[in-house]
Amino acid sequence: MIWQALTLQLGYNATLVAIGATLLGIASGVTGSFLFLRKRALVSDAVSHATLPGIALAFIVMVALGGEGRFLPGLMLGAALSSGLGLVVIGWMIRNTRLTEDAAIGAVLSVFFGAGIVLMTVIQSMQSGRQAGLESVLLGSTAGMLRADALVIGAGGALVLLAVLILRRPMLAVGFDPDHAAVTGLNVARTDLAMMGLVMAVTVLGLTTVGLVLIVALLIIPAVTARLWTDRAEVMVGFAGIAGGLAAYFGAAFSATAPGLPTGPIIVLASFALFALSLAIAPTRGGLASLLKQSRFRRRVHRRQGLLALALGQPIHESFTLALLCREGLARADGEPTDTGRAAAAKALLDEARWAALRADPAHGLTASRYDGLTPIETVLTPDQIAELDRHLPRPQKVT
Amino acid sequence: MGPDAASRQRIELALSDRQRQSAATPPPALAVSGLTVAYGEKPAVFSVDMTVAQGTMTAIVGPNGAGKSTLLKAVLGLVKPLSGEVRLFDLPLSRVRDRLAYVPQRASVDWDFPARVIDVVLMGLHRELGLLRRVRPEHLDRARACLARVGMEDFATRQIGQLSGGQQQRVFLARALAQSADLYLLDEPFAGVDAATEKAIIAVLKDLQAEGRTIVAVHHDLSTVRAYFDHLFLINTRAIAAGPVSEAFTSANLQRAYGGRLGEAQVAGMQVDGLQGHDGPR
Repeated sequence: MIWQALTLQLGYNATLVAIGATLLGIASGVTGSFLFLRKRALVSDAVSHATLPGIALAFIVMVALGGEGRFLPGLMLGAALSSGLGLVVIGWMIRNTRLTEDAAIGAVLSVFFGAGIVLMTVIQSMQSGRQAGLESVLLGSTAGMLRADALVIGAGGALVLLAVLILRRPMLAVGFDPDHAAVTGLNVARTDLAMMGLVMAVTVLGLTTVGLVLIVALLIIPAVTARLWTDRAEVMVGFAGIAGGLAAYFGAAFSATAPGLPTGPIIVLASFALFALSLAIAPTRGGLASLLKQSRFRRRVHRRQGLLALALGQPIHESFTLALLCREGLARADGEPTDTGRAAAAKALLDEARWAALRADPAHGLTASRYDGLTPIETVLTPDQIAELDRHLPRPQKVT
Repeated sequence: MGPDAASRQRIELALSDRQRQSAATPPPALAVSGLTVAYGEKPAVFSVDMTVAQGTMTAIVGPNGAGKSTLLKAVLGLVKPLSGEVRLFDLPLSRVRDRLAYVPQRASVDWDFPARVIDVVLMGLHRELGLLRRVRPEHLDRARACLARVGMEDFATRQIGQLSGGQQQRVFLARALAQSADLYLLDEPFAGVDAATEKAIIAVLKDLQAEGRTIVAVHHDLSTVRAYFDHLFLINTRAIAAGPVSEAFTSANLQRAYGGRLGEAQVAGMQVDGLQGHDGPR
């Protein structure tokens, strides 16, 4: 059953829902990256929670007008209006009071969500039967999703991606250095507004799939996951799209196998699984990679210190250093250097002397500032430059 | 600078505003009049007039909290002035953005941002690239050339978080160079950088000046004002003194700007008047 779901063999409707959800996941991963880089991840939480009163009011209005209360585009419009209002209120509070952004977000988020819950209760007491399933906007459920709904979500996700493609440069510039961006003529406020608009669009599109409580996870977790894999913003945005798409696809496919299951939590868990995996194995910033990097650096330091001690005939006190040199065949267990060890030690000492000469010469200031006690001088100077440098060495030392 | 240039500048300063704006002389790179900026109800910059002639290199100097950075930010439209006018090359800011480059304080950004050195320099070309144009090899070549000018060509693909403070500052300068501007505004370019970087930066700035570009830098190190700059703007919320360094950089002016915060021994040690000890400690 699960295999069938994952390979899209559960029928036309389920397939359409999975594809729609995947597009939404890609859009939200990509959009959330820019939010994360702008350091405003928390705002998405306010945006999503502030949709609830709008959804409830839209439902009430549509029923009062004699329509179908669960008409998705209508609910989306209501959600967008009230979360837009929430954003305006947050912006106003920050500008006109001395409140910080996190305090303003906390206040708006809880008040709007509270109001929404009250309205939901009102709806439940209105006419029983017709509101069934409205709660699914809280945690998401693809069970009752119509084909038209899936199309709306997919098309909306594609539009969001297109907008990101157009706005990527200003959004990155504002994320890194808003002042510089402003001086080059970029309207920072309008760029932020566009970014918030995209976050709002993703939130509203995700109402039925992920639900408003957990959409923040689909915006932020993929971005954080992608950050572990790369040090380049553009690449990170792409990876976040992939992570978000995968998570949403898994979530939608799984919930197709068990109609009672809320989709949002499954998507979030899938997203978190990707994050946990990345945290362990990502080569750039993952836990294993940084452990390896640290231990490699530690060995380089000890090796260099050991070699310099050998060259100067000093005893090596640290057992780790000695063990390291022994393992590489540079020294014997009693601390006496082997022949290779002697050569390497002389080379290390020559390197130090060359660096010292380089640093003493003001003409080489910028090169000399790259001295870290470990870098072989051949990596920063050409052989010609080294030969030139050697002529100034106080006492030329030959590698034996 | 030769004696001719110095005297020319002195004459130019003596000209009245009206004469300076006549067609024959180029308009000042920067003209600020009656500028007041306040945070809350405390003015950080109060009724400041400032004129910077094209092709000069000006240090904005003053004690901590004197409004140096605020003045720069107001000129760049980053903070909204309460009153006053800023004109650049005799035009409003919105029409000269192409001709400006800003080097903010190094600490004003998060260096853990996922970007390589070359990516940051390419941000200097954003205005030219617009929204959709692709980064082409010629853009990369230009960015690399700017990095080479600040001695950072070997670091192009390095993650910016791995750079030292001095290297970060040079990357910021390279980004500004990529904008090929006529007026460079720098906020404390020498703060917290190593000596080699300081030398590299001042060499680039002097090159820019030799090309006829204008430099304005917030500067905090009084001991290098004379060596680095030809014009001085002393500020302590109000404008204290302005003019060629040879005239404005006097211990009397410094005392007025710094008040008790500047030790007299310090003033004497800097030989501010060019005549050692002449106007120093009393």
